[in-house]
Amino acid sequence: MADQKIGAYICKGCGLEDRLDMQQIEMTATRDGKAAVAHQHDMLCSKEGVEMIRNSIESDEITHTVIIACSRRAKVEAFNFDDVAVARANLREGVIWLRPDSDENRETTQEMADDYVRMACAEAKAMHQPSPSGEQDLNKHLLVVGGGVSGMTVALEAAAAGYPVSIVEKSGALGGHVAGLYKRTPQHAAPAGMTNGRNVDLPGAEDTGIEEMIKRVEENADITVHLNSTIAKTSGAPGRFSVDIATESGSTTTENFGAIVQASGFKPYDANQLPEFGYDKSADVVTNMELEALAKAANGGPIKRPSDGKEVTSVAFVQCAGQRSDKEGHLPYCSGFCCTTSIKQALYFKEQNPDCDTTVLYSDLRTPGAAGEDFYRRGQQNEVIFTKGDVSEVATNGDLTVKFKDIILDEDTELVADLVVLATGQVPNSGPDPYAVPLSADDEEAAGDDGTAPEPEENTVTVSVESILNLDYRQGTDLPHLKHGFTDSHFICFPYETRRTGIYAAGPVRRPMDIKQAVDDATGAAMKAIQEVHNAAAGRAAHPRSGDLSFPSFRKEGCTQCKRCTVECPFGAIDEDEEGYPQYNESRCRRCGTCMGACPVRVISFENYSVETVNQQIKNCDIPDEFDEKPRILALACENDAYPALDQAAMSGEELTPWARVIPVRCLGSVNLSWVTDAMNSGYDGVVLMGCQKGDDYQCHFVRGSAMAAERMSKVGDTLSTLNLEPERVVIHEVAITDIKRAPQLINDMAKVVEEIGMSPFKF
Amino acid sequence: MTEVVATNETILVVGGGISGMTAALEAAEAGKKVVLVEKRPYLGGRVTQLYKYFPKLCFPTCGLEINQRRAKMNPNLTILTMAEVTNLAGEAGAYTATVKLSPRYVNDNCTACGDCGNAVETEFDDEYNYGMTKRKGAYLPHVMAYPARYVLDPAIIGTDDADKAKAACKYDAIDLDMQEEEVSFSCGAVIWATGWQPYDAAKIQPYGYDRFANVISSVEFERMADPKGPTGGKLLRPSDGKEARNVAFIQCAGSRDRNHLLHCSRICCMASLKQTTYVTDTWGDDADVSIYYIDIRAIDRFEDFYRNVKSNENVKFIKSKVASITENKENSNPVLNGVDTEGYNRYANEHDLVVLAVGMQPSVDQDSFPVDIVVNREGFIEQSDSNGGVFAAGSASDALDVNRAVQHATGAALRAIQVVNRVAGAEG
Repeated sequence: MADQKIGAYICKGCGLEDRLDMQQIEMTATRDGKAAVAHQHDMLCSKEGVEMIRNSIESDEITHTVIIACSRRAKVEAFNFDDVAVARANLREGVIWLRPDSDENRETTQEMADDYVRMACAEAKAMHQPSPSGEQDLNKHLLVVGGGVSGMTVALEAAAAGYPVSIVEKSGALGGHVAGLYKRTPQHAAPAGMTNGRNVDLPGAEDTGIEEMIKRVEENADITVHLNSTIAKTSGAPGRFSVDIATESGSTTTENFGAIVQASGFKPYDANQLPEFGYDKSADVVTNMELEALAKAANGGPIKRPSDGKEVTSVAFVQCAGQRSDKEGHLPYCSGFCCTTSIKQALYFKEQNPDCDTTVLYSDLRTPGAAGEDFYRRGQQNEVIFTKGDVSEVATNGDLTVKFKDIILDEDTELVADLVVLATGQVPNSGPDPYAVPLSADDEEAAGDDGTAPEPEENTVTVSVESILNLDYRQGTDLPHLKHGFTDSHFICFPYETRRTGIYAAGPVRRPMDIKQAVDDATGAAMKAIQEVHNAAAGRAAHPRSGDLSFPSFRKEGCTQCKRCTVECPFGAIDEDEEGYPQYNESRCRRCGTCMGACPVRVISFENYSVETVNQQIKNCDIPDEFDEKPRILALACENDAYPALDQAAMSGEELTPWARVIPVRCLGSVNLSWVTDAMNSGYDGVVLMGCQKGDDYQCHFVRGSAMAAERMSKVGDTLSTLNLEPERVVIHEVAITDIKRAPQLINDMAKVVEEIGMSPFKF
Repeated sequence: MTEVVATNETILVVGGGISGMTAALEAAEAGKKVVLVEKRPYLGGRVTQLYKYFPKLCFPTCGLEINQRRAKMNPNLTILTMAEVTNLAGEAGAYTATVKLSPRYVNDNCTACGDCGNAVETEFDDEYNYGMTKRKGAYLPHVMAYPARYVLDPAIIGTDDADKAKAACKYDAIDLDMQEEEVSFSCGAVIWATGWQPYDAAKIQPYGYDRFANVISSVEFERMADPKGPTGGKLLRPSDGKEARNVAFIQCAGSRDRNHLLHCSRICCMASLKQTTYVTDTWGDDADVSIYYIDIRAIDRFEDFYRNVKSNENVKFIKSKVASITENKENSNPVLNGVDTEGYNRYANEHDLVVLAVGMQPSVDQDSFPVDIVVNREGFIEQSDSNGGVFAAGSASDALDVNRAVQHATGAALRAIQVVNRVAGAEG
C-alpha cells in the first residue's frame, strides 16, 4: 500500500463549473482526499481529457484514479483504464442535475459535491486492481447429460464450433422420446409464393430425422457417447469440473470438463392419474406418446386399435388431458407441444383414410408462429374436426363414449370413437431441488429458522428424486427448480442463467417444448457453455457482471466458520473445506457480494469492492454537527436498478434532498449490516436501502440478494434500539429501474422523517 | 470518416434490438469480433418501448441496463447506429458488407448535457411514443438511450434551429456538415436480427383504427401505461382524456387472418393479459376489461399468468372474432359488434377504449434482401443450409416473445461462431 498514489481528475463541463466552485473541489480532493495529483479539464471525457488522464497516470505513477465528473454509468468507454483502480465521483447526475440551480442552494450543493469527492477518494484508496485467480485453464471439453434431441443438438452444434463433447445417456440408445415418434410436426411454414387460398399444399408431418441425427453424432470424431451411464459425482467449477461417469456395470471413469449442459428431458405424464378418461380401463384409450407407437407399427397403413386390432375409423383427441388444471396430480401448466401433435396424429388417420372421423376436443388451440398456424390450417383443410369442448368422461362400456360439454353449442353431448387419444403433457426430468427444504447455516437448527430459502412451493409437481448431476456442492446435488419442477432461469431477458454457474439446462427440462424449440434451445445452451469455458479460463464473471475479474477472498484468521456465506450464496458457489472454512470457487461465483453482506465478522472482500471500500465512503462524508441543522442521509442503492433510476431522475429534472449521500452497491445482498450500524454510529440521521423486488417474481439479478438483505435488515431494529435510536431511521425499499420519480422521493421522505423526529444524537 | 476494422473472422449483426444485442454480446463475450449495425440512433429496439414484460411484470429497461453495461465494457464490439446494411456480397466465411450511415449531426464529443435540446424550438412527432407526443429537433431518443448521444432531426438542418443547437453546444459535438457515408468491411458470418413491426392497424378496415380516436393499438397502449409515456402512465383515452376503465382488447387483430397476417403472432395473447393487469392494477374494482379472442395462447408456464388474470371478476373473456367497430357519436365510445360463439349470442358492446392486439410483421425485406435466402410465405427467414453464413435471430425467424427471441439469438450466435471458427481454422 506504500506505493499508493491517487490522481484526481476533475471535469468542469456539463455545467459543473457554473454550479460548483471547482477550486474548492480540487482542494477537497487533495486536502481531504489526499490526492497526490489533481487536474481540471473543461471536458474530461474528450479525447484530450482522457489523454491528459493517461499521461498523468504514466508520468505521475498514479495507481488509483478518481474521476470527478458524471455518473459511473456515463462515458464508461472513455474512463476505462485497465491498469489502475478507478473510482467515480458523480457530480453531474448525482449532484447538480438533482439540485435546483439557485443561490440559496449553492452552499448545500457544493457540500454534496465535496462529500462525493471525499467519498470517491476514500473508496479509491481502499480499492485494488482485480486480477483473475488463475484457478483454471481453458478446458474446451463439454459434458452433455442426456442423449435425446436436445442433448445431441448441443453436442453437434458445439462440435461444429470446435468444442469436443461427451454425451452421458442413461439408457442404452440415443434419440430419447423422438426415437419413438412416427413423424414430427413440420419445422417450416408454407414457402414464399404459396397463395393464401384454402386448398394449397401446406407443409405436413415430416420424417423425424432422428436416425440420421444419431448417425451424425456417432460419426463425429469430437463427440464421445457414454450409453447406459449416469453421473456419479460432479465436483469442481466451470473450467475444471471433475465428473465421475458410472456405467451400468459399475465401472467409473473420471473426466474433466469446462462446462455442462443438462438436457435430461421429460417423462410423459402418467395417464393412470386420469381415471375419468378410462385410461386404466380400456386398451383403446392411449396417450399421444403411445399413439406414435401404433402409427409407427402401422407404418403408413391403417392404424389398428390395441384391444382387438380393428382398423380405427373414428378417433377423438382429448386436449389438455391432465394439464392446465389445478386438480391434484394434474399439471398446472400447458405443455405447448400437444396441440400440434394432435393435429399431426389426426392427419395420420386422415391421410391414410379420409373417411376416418377425427375430432380434436380442445379448450384453446395453441399453434403459435407461422409454422404452427399453417399446420392448423392443414388440419382444417383435411377436415379434421376441431370442437371447443370440455371433456368430462370417457365411458368404456363396450364402445368408447366421450362425454363433453360443447362450449360453442352450450350443451352436454357425447361422441363414440374407436380410439381415444389423451393429449398428455411433459413432466420435467429434473433432479431433486436443493431448496425444497430450506438450507440452514447450522444443520442442527430447525429448517427455515434463518429464513434463507424460499418456502417449498405448493402444488409442486412430483419429479424424479434421483439426482442427475450429483453435484458435490455445499448447496445440494442438482440445479435448483423454479416453477413446477422446471429448471427455468426465470429471467425473460437472460433465459439461460441458472443458479449453478457453468451448468446450463436445455430442452424440456427447462420448460415444456416441442422438437423445433428444443433444437433452438439446445443451440443457445451450447453457446452459453462455450462462452463459459472462455470466461472461466480468463477469470471473468458470467452474467450479469460479465467480464468482472474480481472475486471474493477471506481473511482466514478472522473467520469463525459460521457458514453464513456458504449458505446464503444464491449460486451455491461456496463450499466448505475439511476444516469448515469457505472455499470460494471463483468461476462458480457471480460476484454479487451476498457472501460479503452475510459475513458477521467482515472478513470477506473483493479486490475492488469490500466492507472497507464502502465503509470508507461512509466515514469520509462530512457530518455537520447537530446545530447546523444539516442532516445526512445515507442511501445504499443497487447499481442495477435503483442507481440507474436515480440517474434517470437527474436527467428528467427530479429533485433530491441535499442531505442525501448515495453509494451504489453491487446488490443489496452485499450490504453488510455493519455499514448501517457504523453509519448510525457516526452520526447519519437516516439510512435508505434500495434494492430490487424479491419474492416469486423477483427482479434481483442475483436471485436472492435483495431477499437476503431484507431478511438481515429485519433485525436492524434491535441494533437501533440498543443505540436508543428510532426504528424509522433505517428503511428498506424495493425500487425498480422505472421508479424515476419514486426513487428520489423515497430519500426525500427520509429527510422529512428526520425533520420530524429530529437529528441523530450521534454527531461528534 | 467512419472506419470499421473487420476481417472474415468478424461477425456482422444486423439489428440492435433485444435479439441483435443478445447475439452480438454473446458472441463478443465468447471472444469474437462483432460489428453491430442498428437503424435507430440507439440500441434496444422495440423492447425499449415496452413498459413491462410478461409474465413477471418486470421492466424491460432493467435487462436493457445490463445489456448496455455489457456493451459499454466489451472491446470486441463495434456499434454502428443510424446504420443500415445496403449490400452483402460473397459467401459464408467471406462476405463484404456495405453499410449506409445516416448523419446524426452529433459526434461523440456529446455528453448528453441537453443544452442543444433546450436551445431548439421546432417540434416533431416522437417516434419513441409512436407519435403520441412531440419531441424537439435536437433530442435524446429516450432517457436510457445508448449511445447516450443526442440526435438532430434532419429536418432542422439548414434552419435556424440547427444553428441554435450548434451555438448551444459547448463541446463542439454538433457537426452540421456531417454527410451520409457508406462503409464496406469484411465479415465471415451474418446474424440477421431485424425484428418486427406492429401490423398496420388501419388496414383492418372494419375496426376503424384510423377513424375512431378511442381505438388504439397494443403498442400505443404500452406507451400509455409507461410513466415515461405520453400520459405519464395514466390510462386516459385519446378523444377526451377521460379515464379508461372499461377497456376491450381485440385479439388476433391482423393475425391468423387470410386478409392480413396468416400466422399467429404468439405474443399478443400474453401481451393483452399483461395489459389487462395495467387496467386492473390502476382501477381495482372499477376496472372492467373484456378480451375478445379466438384461442388464448398462454403457452407453457404462461398458463399461470392466464389463470391469475382469469380469476379476476372484472375481466371477461369473450370467444369471438369482433366483426366491426362503430362509434357512439355522443360519447365517442367505440361499440363492438359481433357474435359470442359460446352460445351464439349477438352483442353490441360499448367500451371506453379499445386496444387492438396487433400482430408482428417481420421486418425482413424479402425483395431487396442482399443475398439469396429462404423466406417463408409470412416473410420470416427459415433456417436452411442454403442461407450460407446468414442466420436469422429472434423475430426475423418467427413470431417470438422476448424470452424465446433471446434464446434463439443465443443459438444464432453459435451458428455464426461455427462459420468464423472454420475461417480461423483454415487461415490457421
